[in-house]
Amino acid sequence: MRAVVTVIGVDKTGIIAKTSGLLANNDINILDITQTILQDLFTMVMLVDIDKSKIGFGELSKQLEELGAELGVEIRVQHEDIFKSMHRI
Amino acid sequence: MINISTNEIVETIKMIRDEHLDIRTITMGISLLDCADEDANRACQKIYDKITRYAKDLVKTGEIISNRYGIPIINKRISVTPIALVAAASKTDNYVQFAKTLDRAAAEMGVNFIGGYSALVYKGMSKSDEYLINSIPEALCSTNMVCSSVGVATTKAGINMDAVKRMGEVICDTAELSANQGSLGCAKLVVFANPVEDNPFMAGAFHGVGEGDCVINVGISGPGVVKSALEQVKGCDFGVVAEVIKKTAFKITRMGQLVAQEASKMLNVPFGIVDLSLAPTPEVGDSVAYILEEMGLEKCGTHGTTAALALLNDAVKKGGVMASGYVGGLSGAFIPVSEDAGMIAAAECGALCLDKLEAMTCVCSVGLDMIAVPGDTPASTISGIIADEMAIGMINQKTTAVRVIPAIGKDVGDSVEFGGLLGSAPIMPVHKYSSEEFISRGGRIPAPIHSLRN
Repeated sequence: MRAVVTVIGVDKTGIIAKTSGLLANNDINILDITQTILQDLFTMVMLVDIDKSKIGFGELSKQLEELGAELGVEIRVQHEDIFKSMHRI
Repeated sequence: MINISTNEIVETIKMIRDEHLDIRTITMGISLLDCADEDANRACQKIYDKITRYAKDLVKTGEIISNRYGIPIINKRISVTPIALVAAASKTDNYVQFAKTLDRAAAEMGVNFIGGYSALVYKGMSKSDEYLINSIPEALCSTNMVCSSVGVATTKAGINMDAVKRMGEVICDTAELSANQGSLGCAKLVVFANPVEDNPFMAGAFHGVGEGDCVINVGISGPGVVKSALEQVKGCDFGVVAEVIKKTAFKITRMGQLVAQEASKMLNVPFGIVDLSLAPTPEVGDSVAYILEEMGLEKCGTHGTTAALALLNDAVKKGGVMASGYVGGLSGAFIPVSEDAGMIAAAECGALCLDKLEAMTCVCSVGLDMIAVPGDTPASTISGIIADEMAIGMINQKTTAVRVIPAIGKDVGDSVEFGGLLGSAPIMPVHKYSSEEFISRGGRIPAPIHSLRN
């Protein structure tokens, strides 16, 4: 199963390192990563493979949210299908 | 990468985070026809057992889906076969016990509403229908989550004016009985013309007899998203406005379709329909009235409002219908006054009156919804309001409904607070001239000529 991790907020040192660290620790492979500044906000989008994840989706979502709070950004993880279904026929 | 641009991903997140996009409800429809029993206690037990067996994973499933896709699913609800049909076999005239059973089952399942304490009496009333209607005030005031609806008119059958008269009285009695809660009981009671059997929204949801044993219906929302999309096309002509609404409705509905399919798969229950309705909440930024104002009206309710709503309602359907395999329910724009910050503001400043709302119901889904009127409004006036609304539904071959709250002890200038999604409503004036003689005639208003199609 593939999911999309998004980080939105004010840019600072270590966002990518800490987010990818958390993912690596849980055996979640990053398939692709893009980052950009959209409407003055740092926006990072990662496509990840969570098939081998050591933790369930709910727990991953919780841990990323906590990391986001620590870094002062919003981090969320969503199944890729929500974006596919909304933007592609 | 997944062939989806960062912009598109951010657009989805923005809809959810800033524009209140959510799935309003996953509603499980359960047939209770096989629970009928001569013995009322046994019938109640069967009802409780069946609901708690079928819906045991409903709330949990909703939460898992919500988590997986990062989309809030606000309500998990249950609708059941109209109780007047189920209870008809039981040798009792005390139907309140059926309402209490539904309430107990709903509480056990963790859902926030259960609909179907209902009767369909378009053409006439059986004994069972009478018992149920008589019991509505007590049933709604002695339960927390039970919602009731009564169908009193259809295009095919005409309007049962005896039932219209009776429902005016029932609404007044329900208001009296729940006076200490701002007449909240009436917020859980809907009178319908052309009721639909697969509506997932409360208070009017019930599981029709044409439905299967169990079904999953999903109601989407998203007035905030439409409003925000329209902000990008200020000053453009109506062709552009309609196009923007269609595209937005398509995206929103796709999300509803995804959630519905997923819920259906996980619960192993057939997927019924996605209801495309734009359902407002009292949150600022989640208002249908503000969409109409975004189109250029200074206040919702002024001249042009009906036209704006007609465009909105039609464009939502056109956009949504391609996004889902099965569209049903009410599917359109809701205009509940107390649940919409913009409607409340418009009613408070006098821009929006009952007559304008009635006109608006000709072009959108549902009808006069969550409207508070003075507590001393006569039952015959309430019946008059119902009769007008039923006539609109009957002639225009559409669903219309009335959910009015005579707020006991309150008058124009006051407001009544319901809390939560039900919001608060300013008391709106009603016409002072009597409908008494008209309503007391009774009988039926015959079906209109266009019902004779065979």
